[in-house]
Amino acid sequence: MHSSTMPLSKSSYNVLSAFCTEDNVPRCISYINQEMDSLGFSSACIEASSPEVSGGLNTVPALNSMYELLQMQRRSQHSLQEQEAESLKSSSALEYLQITNSRLKDQLELSKRETSGLHEAERQLQLKIKTLQNCLKTEKDEVQKLQSIIASRSSQYSHDAKRKERESTKLKERLNQLLVEKRDKKLAIDVLNYLGRADGKRSQWKTGKVEARHEGEMYRSLLSDYEVRHRALMLENVELKKVLQQMKWEMVSILSPSPRKPCSSFRDHVEDSLELSTRSPLRDSTAGSDRDKEVGDCSRETLDQSCEHAREQLTNSIRQQWRRLKSHMEKLDSQASLVQQSQQRAGKELVPRQIHEEEMERMRLEVQQCKDFIQTQQQLLQQQLNSPCYDDETAALLNDCYTLEEKERLKEEWRLFDEQRRNFERERENFTEAAIRLGYEKKAFEEDRASWLKNQFLNMTPFVDRKRHSASETQHALSTSSEPDMRIPSTPARLTKSRTYATFSTPKAIAGMPSTADLYHTLRLIPDSSSSSRGSSKRGSWQESNTIHSREDSRVRSRDRYGGGDCCSIFSLGLEENSLT
Amino acid sequence: MNFSEVFKQSNQLCRVSPDGKYLATCVQYRLVVRDVNTLQILHLYTCLDQIVHMEWSSDSLFILCAMYKRGLVQVWSLEQPDWYCKIDEGSIGLVSSRWSPDGRHILNTTEFHLRVTVWSLCTKAVSYIKYPKACQKGIDFSRDGCYMALAERRDCRDYVSVFVCDDWHLLRHFETETQDLAGVEWSPNGCVLAVWDSCLEYKVLLYSLDGRLLSTFSAYEWSLGIKSLAWSPSSQFLAIGSYDGKVRILNHITWKKVTEFDHPATINNTKAVVYKEVERKPVVGSADLSIQHHITMGSTLFNTQSKYEICPLPVQVPVVKPDLDRANPKVGVSSMAFSSDNRYLATKNDNMACVVWVWDMQRLGLLAVLEQTSAVRCFQWDPRRPRLALCTGNAKLYLWSPAGCVSVQVPAEGGFQVQSVTWHCSGDSLILLGKEQLCLCYMEVGEEEEEEDDDVK
Repeated sequence: MHSSTMPLSKSSYNVLSAFCTEDNVPRCISYINQEMDSLGFSSACIEASSPEVSGGLNTVPALNSMYELLQMQRRSQHSLQEQEAESLKSSSALEYLQITNSRLKDQLELSKRETSGLHEAERQLQLKIKTLQNCLKTEKDEVQKLQSIIASRSSQYSHDAKRKERESTKLKERLNQLLVEKRDKKLAIDVLNYLGRADGKRSQWKTGKVEARHEGEMYRSLLSDYEVRHRALMLENVELKKVLQQMKWEMVSILSPSPRKPCSSFRDHVEDSLELSTRSPLRDSTAGSDRDKEVGDCSRETLDQSCEHAREQLTNSIRQQWRRLKSHMEKLDSQASLVQQSQQRAGKELVPRQIHEEEMERMRLEVQQCKDFIQTQQQLLQQQLNSPCYDDETAALLNDCYTLEEKERLKEEWRLFDEQRRNFERERENFTEAAIRLGYEKKAFEEDRASWLKNQFLNMTPFVDRKRHSASETQHALSTSSEPDMRIPSTPARLTKSRTYATFSTPKAIAGMPSTADLYHTLRLIPDSSSSSRGSSKRGSWQESNTIHSREDSRVRSRDRYGGGDCCSIFSLGLEENSLT
Repeated sequence: MNFSEVFKQSNQLCRVSPDGKYLATCVQYRLVVRDVNTLQILHLYTCLDQIVHMEWSSDSLFILCAMYKRGLVQVWSLEQPDWYCKIDEGSIGLVSSRWSPDGRHILNTTEFHLRVTVWSLCTKAVSYIKYPKACQKGIDFSRDGCYMALAERRDCRDYVSVFVCDDWHLLRHFETETQDLAGVEWSPNGCVLAVWDSCLEYKVLLYSLDGRLLSTFSAYEWSLGIKSLAWSPSSQFLAIGSYDGKVRILNHITWKKVTEFDHPATINNTKAVVYKEVERKPVVGSADLSIQHHITMGSTLFNTQSKYEICPLPVQVPVVKPDLDRANPKVGVSSMAFSSDNRYLATKNDNMACVVWVWDMQRLGLLAVLEQTSAVRCFQWDPRRPRLALCTGNAKLYLWSPAGCVSVQVPAEGGFQVQSVTWHCSGDSLILLGKEQLCLCYMEVGEEEEEEDDDVK
């Protein structure tokens, strides 16, 4: 900013009143020199030239000084800029610091407030504590008081109860006395005749003898009870002793390595196989002592049934054996670990492990092979299942089958169905053709009859009547023949309808009311023609059959499983086709 | 299972004679004695007032009928129908009457428990025992009928007197260390007397026949204590049911606790089988609603069918929160019964009124839980076989055996609701008591097993 205003002020300065004019050149020079001197530049160069050339100045030093000045100017500009940036920076820093300062002040304020609040809360809490403590004290006092009250009450209560009880006993006593004194007349027993005692004995006088007998009986019963208990306990004891004995024997048998016993021999064998040379002398010594014990026990066994001493001995020996067994087990354990270590050291362990690993590897491979085999089998199966399928629908249908047999069977069935369908198709074509033919014939016949009727109308003779009768008979035959044609696509209801036509037509023809009956016939021939038209338009009949299916689904479906039946099989085929498409 | 026709009865008074031959029932003031097998009336006695209590003598020869309001007791003989005996307690009043084990004496407790009067039918003699204590079970006879233990209260202290029943000789008299004695009970072998304190203190004292204190047992303090007590038939175990809903079993040698049976609200004991009674409402189609059908179906229409289902564990048992502020809260084990073969113990906890628990005493663990649809009124073991009969106040009888559970509809007309069940001493039949009626149920041993199996499935 400063740099930009400077040249502007210079130019304005040049325009208005120049510092140097033609007149004051030397003055200017001297001024400049002075100034230069004061600024520390060598002014001599300008001065030196001044005496020689008036008005002219030595250009080289002037230029030099100019250049120097310019350099200085640039430097000062630069430094000014720097200073400005510095000042800017510092001002912004200042601002920032001010902001932070204010913020900190705020924070300080806030925290001060907070602390004061906390102080307040603390004070309040302390107050509360004080009140609570007071409360507690009062509560404690209360409890104390209540406890004392309870205690006093309970003592009072028990005292009262006792008093009341005493009173009541006194009252009872008094009542008793009164009753006795009053000689309650009602108090009586009224028995017809006395009974004998249940045991048949007579009652006895109360004497000391009786008392002694009672005591004796009581003690006898007590004694018997104790005896029973004693016996039970004895039995239990004997059982326990037996168990102990057995345990001891078993321990002895385990510990002693006598070759008679299979278990110990086995153990020996095992130990031998382990080849523990260090073990054998020790074992021999224990075995020897065991054997001694055994002999001693055998001799003592008869004695130690009840004898205290023997029992002690038994328990002692059991304990001993137990200790020995324990130490033996410990030894075995340590040896086992030792053996393992030695074996590991010897590298014997490596062989079985290797074998193990090899075995494992082999197994894994086998499993993998099996899996592959299974997969390939599955794939093959899939392919086999897929290949004979004609289209996607059948494939979908057949995919549901689990086995090949099933598939084969279904295929067979399908083929059969197909064949049947084709047969029926052919038959139906035949029928439709026949129907068409019939329609034509009927038409011709109609025309014939119309002409004939016309003739009859015109003639009106009873002779002709017989002739018409025969004609109606033929018509009837025709109607029955058209029956299968109608049955193909129609429901049973329709079927019966067509039959009723047939049955109706015959009696009416027989009950000769010629004119009306014939009119009736001509009018009622519409269904026949419609059936023929349906036969000719195949598509329509199919649609109708489908609707019939939807109505009587279950019946038809139950039948189509067997593939038998005349029309139904066709329907079922149609249904299947529909379901497949 | 067959059912007899329904007979009338009043006050739930119906007892089978100890020899199992006769069935005595009371209808108002009449006493009817029937043959158990034919149910034909053998004797009919008429008392002076409505009978409140009735009891057979031990030899099945006499029947005692008590009319407490009148202070009267009448005794009838089966052998001599015209023999009679009438005991009048007079103005002193009567609250309880019972036979002595010999069947020749009658013990009457007068009002206010002033005294126990012992009437002899042999000599017409009267003797008094003073200071009997009014408590849960103040008198107990040993099973062999030799001794009687009587709780007494003198000078605000509890005593027990042991009498020889033969001639009412006082054998022993000793003070017990109880605050307020609640009951005495002999062990079945008659050698140990269990004495327990009132519910305010958990304390069981065991005395020998000669009055020595054998042992004391207390499970806890400062809480309601013992509610019920039961000896096993072999005298081997003493089961103590308490208000904390637990049963503690003591052994007969050290009198220490063998085990403790808790009655938890959630059963997850894998060894236990939980049978739950499930009701099936009879489905009545619109076609069945013809009037005639309605009449014939009448009795069964309102009685829903039910069957047992085995519930998968864990099972939540319905618990009723008792009102603890009121006296006698419905909480704690109130009834316990050992099976005759000592193998099983059936218990009922009052705040789970619909549930009966069966414990195996060999394994000392829970065996079966029967959850009924309504509160169990009464249960009793077959005196011969391990078979438990129970009723819940509806028209059904329930039976449990180790093989399974079965619920049987009582085919009686007119809303027969089984209030209590009693086994015949042979275990072949059951007497079902309704409110005003009774009915006999005959068991068929062979068929029953199949029925049970069917029902379980």
